[in-house]
Amino acid sequence: MPLLDVKNLTLEMDTADGWVKVLDRVSFSIKDKEIRALVGESGSGKSLVVKAIVGALPERWKIKADRMMWQGEDLLGMSQHKRRKITREQIAVVYQNPASALDPSATLGDQLMEAISKDQLSGIWFWQRQERKRKIAIAHLHKVGIRDHNTCMESYPHQLSNDVCQKFMIALALISQPKLLIADDPTMAMVASTKIQILKLFKHLNQTRNLSILFVSHDLLSIFSMADSLTVLYSGQTVETGRMNRILKRPLHPYTQALLDSAPSFSKGLERKTELPTLDGSIPPLRHLPIGCRLGPRCPRAQKECVKMPEERRIHEHFYRCHFPIHRTSR
Amino acid sequence: MSSLLSVENLNYYHKSRHTLFKNKKPFHLTDVNFSINAGETLAIIGDNGSGKSTLANLLVGVYKPASGCIQLNDKTLAAKHSKERCLNIRMIFQNTKESINPAMTLGDILDESLVLNTKLTAQQRVEQIDKTLRLVGLLPEHKYFYRHKLSDGQLQRIALARALILNPKVIVADEPFAALDPSVRSQTINLFMRLQKDLGLGFVFIAHNLGIVRHISDRMLVMQDGRVVESGKTEVLINWPKSEYTKQLIHSYYSLVNGQY
Repeated sequence: MPLLDVKNLTLEMDTADGWVKVLDRVSFSIKDKEIRALVGESGSGKSLVVKAIVGALPERWKIKADRMMWQGEDLLGMSQHKRRKITREQIAVVYQNPASALDPSATLGDQLMEAISKDQLSGIWFWQRQERKRKIAIAHLHKVGIRDHNTCMESYPHQLSNDVCQKFMIALALISQPKLLIADDPTMAMVASTKIQILKLFKHLNQTRNLSILFVSHDLLSIFSMADSLTVLYSGQTVETGRMNRILKRPLHPYTQALLDSAPSFSKGLERKTELPTLDGSIPPLRHLPIGCRLGPRCPRAQKECVKMPEERRIHEHFYRCHFPIHRTSR
Repeated sequence: MSSLLSVENLNYYHKSRHTLFKNKKPFHLTDVNFSINAGETLAIIGDNGSGKSTLANLLVGVYKPASGCIQLNDKTLAAKHSKERCLNIRMIFQNTKESINPAMTLGDILDESLVLNTKLTAQQRVEQIDKTLRLVGLLPEHKYFYRHKLSDGQLQRIALARALILNPKVIVADEPFAALDPSVRSQTINLFMRLQKDLGLGFVFIAHNLGIVRHISDRMLVMQDGRVVESGKTEVLINWPKSEYTKQLIHSYYSLVNGQY
């Protein structure tokens, strides 16, 4: 049984021009001990998927899903209280921008100690609790690679640099000992050496504590180096899902291909200072979403049939939605 | 051949008023030397707080150096030459979106730099704006737009247009590609390279992504704690790094690419 199983998640948002489907039948699943990457450009709805999982969306938006299961329990059908309990104890999120996600009016130490669950403090007298909390907090700070724990605990978010805050966010997420960690762009705008520290930490946690990770990002480099499987999102539609190495070796959807081409590091035979292959145009804004396959107007292989949304097809564990996938020559 | 832009023994001292860590030393940028020719690209890489942005700000004249000189076409740029500097060295800022005034149309923003720096008539200015917008792949109609109407990629083009509109010789860009999405990023890189080829611009840019650095730059400058650790031709530096820090950077990059770390 997968840890988290999302099938045909559709999210409709209320805009001035009526209801818009910002997420259109998004499906993926996370197995135990798996690192799954969710790739997409900005505006593709990555963060909305994250928010839909933890239930942080405004109530007036319509969420529908064939299933959204957490270890066999339906997240959408259960009571609010139960759902909160699950997201509190078993799912942790590292949000995108640490500077704005942290509370500016409390010291980092207070925020960290607040997040420790009661189970970790049971069996000791109440006067020992503060000391225990502090110990746990310091241990977690060390684990994510913050050595100077005293300074970190005493300062406010604005006093520390962004990458320390980012590491702190990860400590904050891990302190409630979750089963699933959702990391929303944790390595944005970092130098390679810091990035590697964070990625190593994730990998280490994944191996030692059996933590499953949903890694949401558009930084292809870090994704390719750590994820087991990959889901590609474009304008709120899942275009391709499958094992990492299979997709890397042979992408089926034109968008995935374009994404791989766009990182100069991966094209081995690329001459220096030559033009990079790109897709024309830019990501469509919400109010002008094309019908059918949303890549349509930008797709080099698009044909008449593409105004209808293609059904999901599969080759072994590799799912894709395209009428004219790359392995087949276009007529 | 004389170089387009050369920097010799540039020093800069920054005194911070209050510091978080009590024993933190004031920031020093010491002895920076480099030169680029027309049509060449220089990439500056380094950790956060290594002085990359400070160096960029020194080049465009936001900060004043403590000692050393910046030469453009073998002429030293002093503080009194701010006009000449404005015309010839232009900057693209890190956060494109925040660097564009939300209350002005994009045409007005472009117009501003023309009004302040040239003696063109209103008619000529409009022509110049239209020409520049076309050059960066936008339409003349975009001058009536406000910034919220455009996507990130288009705003990056506007930032580039604002830099190009005075026909500068050097463009200094502070992480121009970092915030862009992959597909838009390759478009922008292509645009930069095409413009550089057509106009013979010198291009100084700060970057994190070594893949891009290797692809588009001719020379590289590696910085750490306000000092230049290593500099030289990109190919040479990436294949045969000398200093420990550069080795570490390049090693970590390759281990990311190959997925072995």
